[in-house]
Amino acid sequence: MHDTILEAVGLTKEFKGFTAVKEVNLQVRRGTIHALIGPNGAGKSTVFNLLTKFLPPTAGRILFKGRDITAMRPADVARLGLVRSFQISAVFPHLTVLENVRVALQRHQGTSFHFWKAESSLHALHERATALIEAVNLTPWTGHTAAELPYGRKRALEIATTLALDPEVMLLDEPLAGMGHEDIERTAALIKRVAADRTILMVEHNLSVVAHLSDTITVLRRGEVLAEGPYAVVSRNAEVMEAYMGTGTHGAGHA
Amino acid sequence: MTSKISSAVLPAAAPHTADRDRGTRIALILLGLGVAVAAPFLLYPVFVMKVLCFALFACAFNLLIGFAGLLSFGHAAFFGGAAYVTAHAAKVWGLEPALSILLGTASAALMGLVFGALAIRRQGIYFAMITLALSQMVFFLALQLPFTGGEDGIQGVPRGRLFGLFDLNQPLVMYYFVLAVFLAGFALIWRTVHSPFGQVLKAIRENEPRAVSLGYRTERYKLLAFVLSASLAGLAGGTKALVFQLASLTDVTWQMSGEVVLMTLLGGMGTLLGPVVGAGFVVALGNYLAATSLPVPVVIGAIFVVCVLLFRRGIVGEIAHHLRRRST
Repeated sequence: MHDTILEAVGLTKEFKGFTAVKEVNLQVRRGTIHALIGPNGAGKSTVFNLLTKFLPPTAGRILFKGRDITAMRPADVARLGLVRSFQISAVFPHLTVLENVRVALQRHQGTSFHFWKAESSLHALHERATALIEAVNLTPWTGHTAAELPYGRKRALEIATTLALDPEVMLLDEPLAGMGHEDIERTAALIKRVAADRTILMVEHNLSVVAHLSDTITVLRRGEVLAEGPYAVVSRNAEVMEAYMGTGTHGAGHA
Repeated sequence: MTSKISSAVLPAAAPHTADRDRGTRIALILLGLGVAVAAPFLLYPVFVMKVLCFALFACAFNLLIGFAGLLSFGHAAFFGGAAYVTAHAAKVWGLEPALSILLGTASAALMGLVFGALAIRRQGIYFAMITLALSQMVFFLALQLPFTGGEDGIQGVPRGRLFGLFDLNQPLVMYYFVLAVFLAGFALIWRTVHSPFGQVLKAIRENEPRAVSLGYRTERYKLLAFVLSASLAGLAGGTKALVFQLASLTDVTWQMSGEVVLMTLLGGMGTLLGPVVGAGFVVALGNYLAATSLPVPVVIGAIFVVCVLLFRRGIVGEIAHHLRRRST
């Protein structure tokens, strides 16, 4: 029996007569890196928004650790340990790098509503925040505002912020999009590293990028699951090659 | 996961700048306090008290728009509503002045809770429209309810004796009381902005979906900010009722809601001192223009347009921006 941590059953989303996601069944196994890929408009991001409750599904169920979370609010889903990132880099631009990470840490302190307390009451979190910042190689940037960071570093900061919640499942929405070659390698290594003790579901546009990163790949096309399996299986699927890469038999091989 | 923790939390340059910032800040605070203490000897005390009341009102409004990113177009309801309650408590019930103001503030907090609960789920222009509509309802109530005195308002409100000890009819005593109220309100705002709550609020302002994804139920934080802002606006309104010994319809009109937006934008939204400067500027301008034949709304409107076109950060915002640019 597989140990499924996140499961979608018959997940469907319709927008005014247009079906963006159609009866998607998805099982994410605990401790794996699972990639969701597909061409533009395949419904990857919609599936993502559905799983994290940022969009309500038209039909279907979502189970997290066996618990039905279909009717939950997004903030509560995050509290359970299912934390997402965003396609457009999601940092708090006018807060410093340290504050960005600290905002994620401070909820557990239970003082988030305390408007009469000094900011220095949060200094106890600096040790942990600094460690997280170091883990993503942002130490020299600690005191800078997030707006000052180059793009790739913003994505790293986002990962550090997400990691601050120590989520059981991290959902990364195109974590490598828009990055230069060097940043891609660094971030891919980072993802691999943080996946050591958690589950990751990531959306990616590019099959070759996720090839050696993921344990399981689910290919979406027009809102439906086209193929699923490890890279070796998926990349040889004729339909995938046709639909996703044109006839690019070679495209898949390059990593 | 990480083996060791770096000792260099901040880049090397930061402590030095922080020290200098701190020195400048303390100097500024002392200068401001000096001016505030000396002001009634240099200027007409009622004028300065008016400035202080509006400054606190604008600071309260700024807490909401500058730090929570919410534009309320109904803040006159809290300001004017609290003025009515305070005036009624002092005049009809004969309560002690501080208690009367406290009652006014509490009524504003309650209104803020109701307004906030209804408006907070909507964003941007819809949020502003709901607050405007609700404040127009308060205006209508102020016009129709028996205790408000309709068109006349509540006149001849006694200032009374503070804690039964200090006679507020003495202009200087009244002035220092108003100054104390202003400073207390300002200190609370400063603390709120620099608190764990303030941090979450800023995060929500910067990127609400991200704050949600970190597990924050953002509506609750926005509601608390709204209630705090409404209460402080009420504190300002209640105090003003005692200063002018009057609660009138002027304070609950939508024009009053507009005026506080103007003060805040002119002075510098999202800066702590901006609303104070903006309020001082608008009140002084109103007083000055009252003695001339120039139409006040036209002049203020023209200044507002110039502000939006040429210095969007507002007076204090622009100065702070230039200082920061020069220091880096």
